[in-house]
Amino acid sequence: MPTASAPLREVKKTTCYMCACRCGIRVHLEDGKVRYIDGNPEHPLNQGVICAKGSSGIMKQYSPARLTRPLLRKPGAERGEGAFEPISWEQAFSILAERLAKIRASDPKQFALFTGRDQMQALTGLFARQFGTPNYAAHGGFCSVNMAAGMIYTIGGSFWEFGGPDLDRAKLFVMIGTAEDHHSNPLKIALSKFKRNGGRFVSINPVRTGYSAIADEWVPIRPGTDGALLLAIIHEIIAQGLYDRDFLVRYTNAGQLVNLDERSDEFGMFLRTEVPEEEGCFDPQNKLWWDRASNKPVITHSEGCDPFLLGEFKLADGTPVKPSFQLLADRVKDYTPEWAEGLTGIPAATIKRLAYEMGVTARDQKIELPIAWTDSWGKDHDTVTGNPVAFHAMRGLAAHSNGFHTIRALAILMSLLGTIDRPGGFRHKAPFPRPIPPCAKTPNTPLAVKPNSVLDGMALGWPAEPDDLFVDEAGKPVRIDKAFSWEYPLSVHGLMHNVITNAWRGDPYRIDTLLIFMANMAWNSTMNTEQVRKMLNDKDEEGEYRIPFIAVCDAFQSEMTAFADLVLPDTTYLERHDVMSMLDRPISEFDGPVDSVRIPVLAPTGECKPFQEVLIELGTRLKLPAFTTKEGARKYRDYPDFIVNYETEPGSGIGFLAGWRGRGGEKFMRGEPNPRQWEMYAQNNCVYHHELPRSYQYMRNWNQGYLDWSQRNRITRYAEPILIHLYSEVLQKFRLAAQGKGITRKPPEHLKQRIETYFDPLPFYYEPLEVQATDTRQYPLAAVTQRPMAMYHSWDSQNAWLRQIHAHNYLFVNARTARLAGIDDGDWIWVESQWGKVRCMARHSEAVEPGTVWTWNAIGKAAGAWNLTPDANEAKLGFLLNHVISEELPAGQARISNSDPITGQAAWYDVRVRISKVSPGETAETSPQFEPLKPYPGQEERKSLWAYMKGAVK
Amino acid sequence: MTQLALVIDLNVCVGCHACVTSCKEWNTSGSAGPLSDFNPYGADPTGTFFNRVQTFEVGEFPNTETVHFPKSCLHCEEPPCVPVCPTGASYKRKEDGIVLVDYDKCIGCKYCSWACPYGAREIDEQQKVMKKCTLCVDRIYDLSLPEIDRKPACVKACPTSARLFGDVHDPDSEVSQAIRENGGYPLMPEWGTQPANHYLPRRKTKLRIHEDELVRADNPLKIEGRLPKPALSEPSLDDVTSW
Amino acid sequence: MHPAFSVVFLTTLIGAGQGLFLALFTVESYAAFGLLPGQDSRFYALGSAVALGFLVAGLVASFFHLGRPERAWRSAAKWRTSWLSREVIVLPAFMGAVFLYGIAHHAGFNPLLATLPSAVPVRLTFLLGMGGTLLAFALFVCTAMIYACLRFLQEWHTPLTVINYILLGGASGFVLATALSARWAPEVAGLLGGWAMILTALACLGRAASLLRNARLKPKSSLRTAIGARHPRIVQKAQGAMGGSFNTREFFHGRTPGFLRQVKWIFLVLAFALPLGLLAAGAAGAAFIVQYLGLLAERWFFFAQANHPQNLYYQGVS
Ligand SMILES: Nc1nc2c(c(=O)[nH]1)N[C@H]1C(S)=C(S)[C@@H](COP(=O)(O)OP(=O)(O)OC[C@H]3O[C@@H](n4cnc5c(=O)[nH]c(N)nc54)[C@H](O)[C@@H]3O)O[C@H]1N2
Ligand SMILES: Nc1nc2c(c(=O)[nH]1)N[C@H]1C(S)=C(S)[C@@H](COP(=O)(O)OP(=O)(O)OC[C@H]3O[C@@H](n4cnc5c(=O)[nH]c(N)nc54)[C@H](O)[C@@H]3O)O[C@H]1N2
Ligand code: SF4
Ligand code: SF4
Ligand code: SF4
Ligand code: SF4
Ligand code: SF4
Ligand SMILES: [Mo]
Repeated sequence: MPTASAPLREVKKTTCYMCACRCGIRVHLEDGKVRYIDGNPEHPLNQGVICAKGSSGIMKQYSPARLTRPLLRKPGAERGEGAFEPISWEQAFSILAERLAKIRASDPKQFALFTGRDQMQALTGLFARQFGTPNYAAHGGFCSVNMAAGMIYTIGGSFWEFGGPDLDRAKLFVMIGTAEDHHSNPLKIALSKFKRNGGRFVSINPVRTGYSAIADEWVPIRPGTDGALLLAIIHEIIAQGLYDRDFLVRYTNAGQLVNLDERSDEFGMFLRTEVPEEEGCFDPQNKLWWDRASNKPVITHSEGCDPFLLGEFKLADGTPVKPSFQLLADRVKDYTPEWAEGLTGIPAATIKRLAYEMGVTARDQKIELPIAWTDSWGKDHDTVTGNPVAFHAMRGLAAHSNGFHTIRALAILMSLLGTIDRPGGFRHKAPFPRPIPPCAKTPNTPLAVKPNSVLDGMALGWPAEPDDLFVDEAGKPVRIDKAFSWEYPLSVHGLMHNVITNAWRGDPYRIDTLLIFMANMAWNSTMNTEQVRKMLNDKDEEGEYRIPFIAVCDAFQSEMTAFADLVLPDTTYLERHDVMSMLDRPISEFDGPVDSVRIPVLAPTGECKPFQEVLIELGTRLKLPAFTTKEGARKYRDYPDFIVNYETEPGSGIGFLAGWRGRGGEKFMRGEPNPRQWEMYAQNNCVYHHELPRSYQYMRNWNQGYLDWSQRNRITRYAEPILIHLYSEVLQKFRLAAQGKGITRKPPEHLKQRIETYFDPLPFYYEPLEVQATDTRQYPLAAVTQRPMAMYHSWDSQNAWLRQIHAHNYLFVNARTARLAGIDDGDWIWVESQWGKVRCMARHSEAVEPGTVWTWNAIGKAAGAWNLTPDANEAKLGFLLNHVISEELPAGQARISNSDPITGQAAWYDVRVRISKVSPGETAETSPQFEPLKPYPGQEERKSLWAYMKGAVK
Repeated sequence: MTQLALVIDLNVCVGCHACVTSCKEWNTSGSAGPLSDFNPYGADPTGTFFNRVQTFEVGEFPNTETVHFPKSCLHCEEPPCVPVCPTGASYKRKEDGIVLVDYDKCIGCKYCSWACPYGAREIDEQQKVMKKCTLCVDRIYDLSLPEIDRKPACVKACPTSARLFGDVHDPDSEVSQAIRENGGYPLMPEWGTQPANHYLPRRKTKLRIHEDELVRADNPLKIEGRLPKPALSEPSLDDVTSW
Repeated sequence: MHPAFSVVFLTTLIGAGQGLFLALFTVESYAAFGLLPGQDSRFYALGSAVALGFLVAGLVASFFHLGRPERAWRSAAKWRTSWLSREVIVLPAFMGAVFLYGIAHHAGFNPLLATLPSAVPVRLTFLLGMGGTLLAFALFVCTAMIYACLRFLQEWHTPLTVINYILLGGASGFVLATALSARWAPEVAGLLGGWAMILTALACLGRAASLLRNARLKPKSSLRTAIGARHPRIVQKAQGAMGGSFNTREFFHGRTPGFLRQVKWIFLVLAFALPLGLLAAGAAGAAFIVQYLGLLAERWFFFAQANHPQNLYYQGVS
């Protein structure tokens, strides 16, 4: 065997996109074919490592599931059949441009653009806004908006792209409801370092796999009950005095006095002094404390004052007031560990111990870094203190209809322990922290949508009060997904999971054209999949499709593409330019902003065209102002040209990329366009990393230096301190409106009760809405999914290597639960919810809580999709849990989204099921089955032997 | 004498399969390749891999450990697979202890795979020769690669750095230290194969909270005055009795 | 293990060939010592031809086992360490001996080379026969040791494997010889038949002994030693490949334990009980056919029963 490999001809650097983590990779090419892809050791995110998906990029690039030509549904063929004829791009563009121009000239809302697991929301959002439609969102609503909203409305930042646990310095790490998450490789790197440094790792999850497997302690919990657990822990922390008082006083609204005069319109609001309120969306520092020394109300943060956190006081005018911390203490009084034990299945003693471990570690293992900084009130600090207890949580909390409050409880717990933006705790990543709530707002009237005009406001934003809702006079939603309506007021990422159902039903209205980019809405990103597929193909009384025109941009033969009238074949990540922009979700590190790019290493396959180019071309043809000159001429040659030259406003110096701005690349964040910007990224591992001065790296919510820096660089508009909202006035404002108080808009009658209940300014526990609507004796088991590390959603079944690892899936059932139901290991079973049923195989497991069943997400596929043979394991043995999950719940006579009532977060993990063995003689294959798809024109034939050797089949 | 090997730390392995596909990817186009796949897009896809990650459940709920267990050729010091090979295609290198197969000599009789208790060898069903982990012998000595890349592909890939690579005969090497300090062990020691690869067991970090740590002089509840003082105006016994 | 038909045929066919040759030489030895009248050399020649036929058929079968048969010549290289290599050398050597033995008889070229003190004549064919016999035994040992030397395959790792290869091959060869003699040398049919019955009975005992032994085996390896977790309850959830792999194809027979039990009883009846009866009834031809079928079953079972420790790593998918 030779010991030296043939010289690798070429190594190109770019950014991976086998998942949203966006690691730096090196693509080794030989004779123009990919020979090897490995992690780029010089990349800050993954530091040279790579994951199973990233290492399988070759099999994605050369997959026979790839689309290579624009396709038009064959005349006479039904949607879903996947019968297409190839057309030219010119035809594709003119079909789209003609249709869209008409819509734009009449009613721009008739065009809806929704995007899945993409990373270019800044561009897609810009396009939609320029078009003038409010009907735009990315996948956030069905993904993890609870995590974003719950934390951002509390601490001004969140997990995943926005921030994370500082495992370098943490001593105790508590991971809740996380299987894999977006920060895949960095989290793995950090976890192993953390464990090797002797840190203690606790995982709270109904299932023990992946990360939880290496936890020092696994705390199995019943799904949907984390709120109870967290509130009980808060109860213990407060009862034992284990909270960080100094932190709470100075950096949160714990000491601020709340008006408790029930007759007042200001009931439940903070008392404010006469300090003139400045224009803006931030949190003015005009609230009151009750000073301990003088026993009088004072303006918060007054020099030399220290407020009571507990107690009950009366203002001179007789108004009863309490510090918000007292209200929190009142709230958790009855949330005892014993109470939580009954809900969560976790012994009270364990809950107490967890609380003590957190509290004592935070208090007694303090970190002190010799970093001087100045806080927002002008006080100098010589050191930065850290309480080394870190948390991470994801969809195990988010994907429940009680997730928002659960996550608020978590953020509050993290704050009680004093761990926000401090060493060893939670750390922000630029552009976070942001004001609570962030400033971006949607319009609040349907008048913002006008023919041939740019939308007057953002399609997505952060409501701060009822008047920010995007509703009409009657309180009815303006958006097709009913986001920012009274049904889900803080649905800051939209509700993509209801778009098809709403459009099909014509509620709130019908639309004309639906453009789906990078989402598999006919399969795994939709609930109630079987019915939704019918809706996509359903016609009205006149024989017209209920959704008249569907265009899908995808790179592969997904289930969704089969339902398209027009298919736009995208390039792969190795074939296109991309930006991971500060305007979007950059790959920032704790120590400062980082953005990055993709630079093509291969030429596009067939006629594939990057979707970015499609949008720019369409924008130009439609003469959208951002893409054309005043005279209506083309402004940007192509996407790379657009990225370099686009500025948010003429001369703003802010564009998609923050690095190497200015004529010669000497500026960052702001600066004139630099014609050589791409080259400079290429020379620098495709990354721009701006490391902040040490003194700006911590305590950023209240770090004057950082806030000024951030304001100077236009990352934020305001440099005001971002006080943590233990008590949420924003929520209280909605509740007051529901109670008929104040001068803001009021919810429609049928939603008053809902708003009043769920818009509680303090976190509370309630059973998930679906559970409330389920006879749990009939359907006793919680059914959840989780991410396999070696598969990305539905899109890796076309990957010859990865699908050998997960070819089909089983339902994992606790062995005892299974035996009680007479189910043997490996048996075929029915999984039934009140909405539907699916047939699958059972696998006994000791690593799942007895009341939970689970499976790997999105392994099952529709027959023939992804250019797999119709008898592939995915279609015969694998199954999709989505068939038993409903996108709607009954609400009186009407139906309402199966979502969190505050944020509209899809409640994937709320479904309750029962399981039973199939009857003897039943077919041993999954059900439901669908008519097999045939390969599309332009798809490569699938091989039956694949001996990959630098692209050649030997 | 050098004995190169992998040491796999089960304490941090999260079962991500990065080592599986990065190995496949490097080797399929390398001197060991191609590693063929049959039915890659059909029923029961199957192919040759040098490294697999398996999952075991240990114990019963709720005291369950989920163990992710990567396994490739262990480069045994007494490799039973070598002497049985009739052609000499299987051999153990003197200079570094790597057990290799010479694909030009192998007749595909599979006898070596029978002689491996670990199931570490896989025949390539297309080339019909026996294949197995090469410890990336075509990387680790390749001087055209920068030093930091002269490591097995799986080691480079592993996000948790659960895979350590080095000379287990050198007592000062990282791998020898890891084995020594963390209770590294070989698989199936009962057969005397003396695997060079070792595994590091799970290690638990526990925390003990003493009761008296909960009550402290600086407990913030004291500052608050947990029981707020009643107002002077509130009724008291003074209002009703006078001894 | 997964019983490969190439190997099942190889070992049973050459076993019968070896046994047949031993039977021929037994007859010649009896004659040489004057215990029997000398046979027509046609009997030896034809017998050798048949033996060679079996050996060639076995050799052909063995090629089906190789991924790269065109390189088979390489397999003689490692005779110092590999029983397989030794087999590869001894098999052709033995075939050569059988060939020479048959040719010599056929050509009637059988000079007297010496006379032993006891007046026993030492002829060329006798010497060739002696050599052939040694090689036949060597071949039995090599073949059997291929399996017996694998210490993790505890079912095989026993002297009984070698003994049984000799006895089973010997029995089938003697039965075959009995059948042949019925036609070409009726006068020795009784002698051969007697030996055939004795060997069949011994083989039955030997095989029964190994069955009993194997039934009591305790696997030395367990999941505990396989992955190094000290807990009585370890269950595999995923083997890392869902569509199967070489490891699931090569080391599993893929049948139920019930099926295995059936095969066991079938081979006990076919390879031993029935042939004994048929031999007693004088139906040697039928006895051979039945016994050979029984031995195919026996060999299938021999492989299937062997439980490879690697299987500990390949027990479940999910
Ligand atoms: N039961 C259940 N369902 C779930 C979840 C769950 O936990 N349980 N999770 C939900 C969550 S969090 C999410 S985010 C969604 C994800 O759901 P989707 O966003 O629908 O994700 P995918 O199924 O991967 O679909 C993405 C589509 O993008 C295509 N694609 C891949 N690469 C490219 C490219 O470069 N260009 C283009 N144009 N297309 C490309 C793929 O082929 C695929 O069709 O699933 C949701 N669905
Ligand atoms: N390899 C890979 N990586 C991915 C993805 C992928 O498909 N594959 N998808 C990406 C996307 S879009 C997303 S949104 C992220 C999601 O990242 P995660 O949130 O980590 O993904 P999920 O698989 O939804 O994991 C949810 C976890 O919560 C647990 N869980 C469910 N219900 C509860 C509960 O009530 N309480 C608690 N405590 N736990 C619960 C489940 O058992 C599971 O372990 O991953 C991203 N990363
Ligand atoms: S974690 Fe995601 S981005 Fe990073 S290497 Fe893996 S697939 Fe690529
Ligand atoms: S693990 Fe198996 S193949 Fe590798 S050296 Fe040991 S016995 Fe040989
Ligand atoms: S399969 Fe190849 S390497 Fe293995 S024993 Fe046979 S010849 Fe040797
Ligand atoms: S050392 Fe190389 S060949 Fe061996 S498992 Fe790792 S990557 Fe594969
Ligand atoms: S790459 Fe590392 S963490 Fe992932 S499965 Fe392999 S050894 Fe475990
Ligand atoms: Mo997601």
